[in-house]
Amino acid sequence: MIPALRPKLELLSPALMDRILDEAFLILGRDGVFFENAEARALFREAGQRVDETAQRVRLSRDLVERSLETTPPSLTLYDRSGEKSFHVGGDEVHFDPGSSGTRILDHDTLRERRPNTADLAGIARLTEVLDHLHFQSTSLVPADVPGGIADDYRLYLSLLFGTKPVVTGTFRTAGFRPMHEMLCAVRGGAEALKAKPLAIFDACPSPPLRWSLLTSQSLIDCARAGIPSELISMGMTGATSPATIAGTLVQHVVENLAGLTLAQLAYPGAPVIFGGSPSSFDMRQGTTPMGAMETMMIDCAYAQLGKRMKLPTHAYMALSDAKTNDAQAGYETGIGAVLAALAGINVVSGPGMLDYESTISLEKLVIDDEICALAYRLIDGVVPREEVLAAHLFEGFGPQTNFLTMPHTRKWYRKEHLVPIVADRELYDAWEARGASSIADRAAGRVADLLEKNPPRLPESGLASELRRIMEADARANGVTALPRLPD
Amino acid sequence: MTKDIFSVMAMSVVDGLPETAGELARSALAGGTPALEAVEKGFLPGIRKVGELWESGEYFLPELIASAEAMKAAMSVLRPALEKGGGTARSAGKIVIGTVEGDIHDIGKNLVAAMLSAHGFEVVDLGADVKLVSFIETAEAEKADIICLSALLTTTMIGQRRLIDLLVEHGLRHRFQVMIGGAPTTRAWAEEIGADGYAENANAAVREALELRQKAAP
Repeated sequence: MIPALRPKLELLSPALMDRILDEAFLILGRDGVFFENAEARALFREAGQRVDETAQRVRLSRDLVERSLETTPPSLTLYDRSGEKSFHVGGDEVHFDPGSSGTRILDHDTLRERRPNTADLAGIARLTEVLDHLHFQSTSLVPADVPGGIADDYRLYLSLLFGTKPVVTGTFRTAGFRPMHEMLCAVRGGAEALKAKPLAIFDACPSPPLRWSLLTSQSLIDCARAGIPSELISMGMTGATSPATIAGTLVQHVVENLAGLTLAQLAYPGAPVIFGGSPSSFDMRQGTTPMGAMETMMIDCAYAQLGKRMKLPTHAYMALSDAKTNDAQAGYETGIGAVLAALAGINVVSGPGMLDYESTISLEKLVIDDEICALAYRLIDGVVPREEVLAAHLFEGFGPQTNFLTMPHTRKWYRKEHLVPIVADRELYDAWEARGASSIADRAAGRVADLLEKNPPRLPESGLASELRRIMEADARANGVTALPRLPD
Repeated sequence: MTKDIFSVMAMSVVDGLPETAGELARSALAGGTPALEAVEKGFLPGIRKVGELWESGEYFLPELIASAEAMKAAMSVLRPALEKGGGTARSAGKIVIGTVEGDIHDIGKNLVAAMLSAHGFEVVDLGADVKLVSFIETAEAEKADIICLSALLTTTMIGQRRLIDLLVEHGLRHRFQVMIGGAPTTRAWAEEIGADGYAENANAAVREALELRQKAAP
C-alpha cells in the first residue's frame, strides 16, 4: 500500500541553519555564557574550558559542545506512574501537556482570574488524566495555600497523587530537588529504577541573555546525575532580552541551550536533554510577552528544526493563548499553535489550558484544547489510503440509488477517518438555540463537571500514598510549615 | 534664533539622540543660556511630545527608551547648574526602583524605570536581586518619594510584603509610598500587603506614580 505522507513544516533552509549554528558556536567560544553556579564552572574548568571565576563567565569550545551533542541521546522514553505505559520522546512524535506553573486560575462561574489552591491543582491533575490527547501532565499551577518555599515539591506531590501520566515539572529552589527526586524514586522503588524508567521531565530556564542562574545550573547537574530528563527552556524576548529579529533570537537560543546541554553532559555523559524553549515576540507597545503571536510560534518551530538537525528531542510552549477568557482569540491562537507544533514534529508541546501569557489556567480551556490537540493529531496522521483499492470498487454498479450511508465501507472507515467533536458546535441553528444557545466555554464547563464526576481520582496504592505524604511532610517541616492543606476528597 | 535652539533640544529628545541632547545642553550652558530655561523651553517640551506620541500609538517602547536616555543625558549635564542656581529641576518625584532579592528578572523593571524617567521622575535604579534593606537605605539617603518593587517569581513576591513590614518596623512607613508590580502580582495582592500602588505594565506605572504623587501633595 502507498504510505501516507507525514505533513511537515520547515521554516529554515539548510544554509540558514548552518549560519545560525556557526554564529552560535562563535559566540559560545568568543563571548561565552555566564554560569552563576561554582560547581558548574568547576566542571567546565576540568573539561579544559576558559573560565573567568570573577566574572562567572565560561567560554565553550566548539569541540566540547559537539562532543556533548554526540553523547546526548537523540530520544528518550518516559513511563507513567505504573511503569507499564511508555512514551517515546523523539523523532517526529508529538506529546501535548498542559502549560506549566500558572499562578492563577480562570474561575468559570465569575469569569475572573483568582489565585489557585490545592483543590484546583488536584482538579487539573484529575482532568488531565482523562483527556486522551494530553499524553503528559504538568505541574501547571503554583498553589497559593502553601508557602512559596515548598511550592515546587508540593506541586509534584499532588500530581503524583491525582494523576498517573508522566509529569513535566521543575524546581523553584536548589533544595527542592532532593524531596522531588525522593518522591519519584518512591514511585519507582529506587533511584536506579527511576533512571531506567523516567517519570518526570524537569524544566531549566536560562536567564536571557546568555546566563544560567545558580538554581537552573544546579537543576541541570542534579537531573543529569539522577537520569531525569532536563528540558532546556531558553526564552529570549525579541528586542528586549534577545535580538529583535527571529533569526537573531534563534542564534541566542542555540547558544543558551547548548551551554546548558554541555553542562548536563559534563555532569553525566549520556544525560537525557530536551531542546526546548519559551521565547516570545516581545510586544513593543504593552511590554508583554505574547505566546500566541505568529512570530513567537515561528521562533518555536524554527528552533525545533535546529534541535532536530542536532538530533535532539524537542519541546516548545505552544497551543496556548494570551486571551484572558475562552474567546475567539483563545481558540485561534491555541489552534494555530497546536497545528504548527504538530506539523513541526515538536516532541513535547506544553500549553493546553493556558491563557494570559502562560500565567492562568482554565479547566474549560483544557477541555477545549484537548479537542484542538485531537485535530492536530488527525492532521499529522495524514491522508491514509486505508485499502489497496481506494474507491473504484465502490462505484461498480453505480446508479441513481447509490448511497454511501448504507455501504459497509462507510461503517468500516468513517470513525477512523473523521473525528467527532465533543465541545465544538456542529448543530443546526434551531437545535443550538433550543439547547440554550450555549458558548463553547459553557459546553466545556459541562464536560469538566461530567468528567470529574464520572472519573474518580486514580490514587496510588496506600503504601505509596503514605510514603509520598511522609516525604512531603518532612520537607514542609524542614521549611517551617507545620500543617499542609487538607487534600480534596 | 534662541527659539530654534530650544526646538532643536526638544527634537533631540523626540528623536532619542542622547549624545546630541548632551552636547546641546553643554553648549547651552557654555553660551550662557540659564539651565532652567534649557530644561523648561527645550528638553521638557520634547519629553512631553514623546508622551503624546506614545499615547497616540505612534511611539513604541524602543523609541520611548531612546527618548528617556536622551532626556537623562541632557539632565545629567544641566542638573548641577540647576542646583547651583538654587532652582530645582521640576521633577515629578523621586523614585527608588529594583527587583527584590532572589529574583534576577529585570526587563519589566527596566521598562518601568525608563518610562518613569521619561515622564519627569528622578529614578534611582538599584537593578535586580536587590536586598530589601538596600531599598530602604537608598530611599532614605536619596529622600525618595516612592519605592517601586518588582517581582517576577511567585517565590519572590513575598519580598514585597516583607519590605512593607520592614518599613513599619523601622517607623518609616509614612515616609515612602510603595508601588509594586511584576507578572505574578495583582492589585488584590497589593491591597493585601498594604502597598500604596500597583501597576501591571510600564504605561500603567507612570499613571499610578503620577496619581500617588498627586495624592501625597499637600
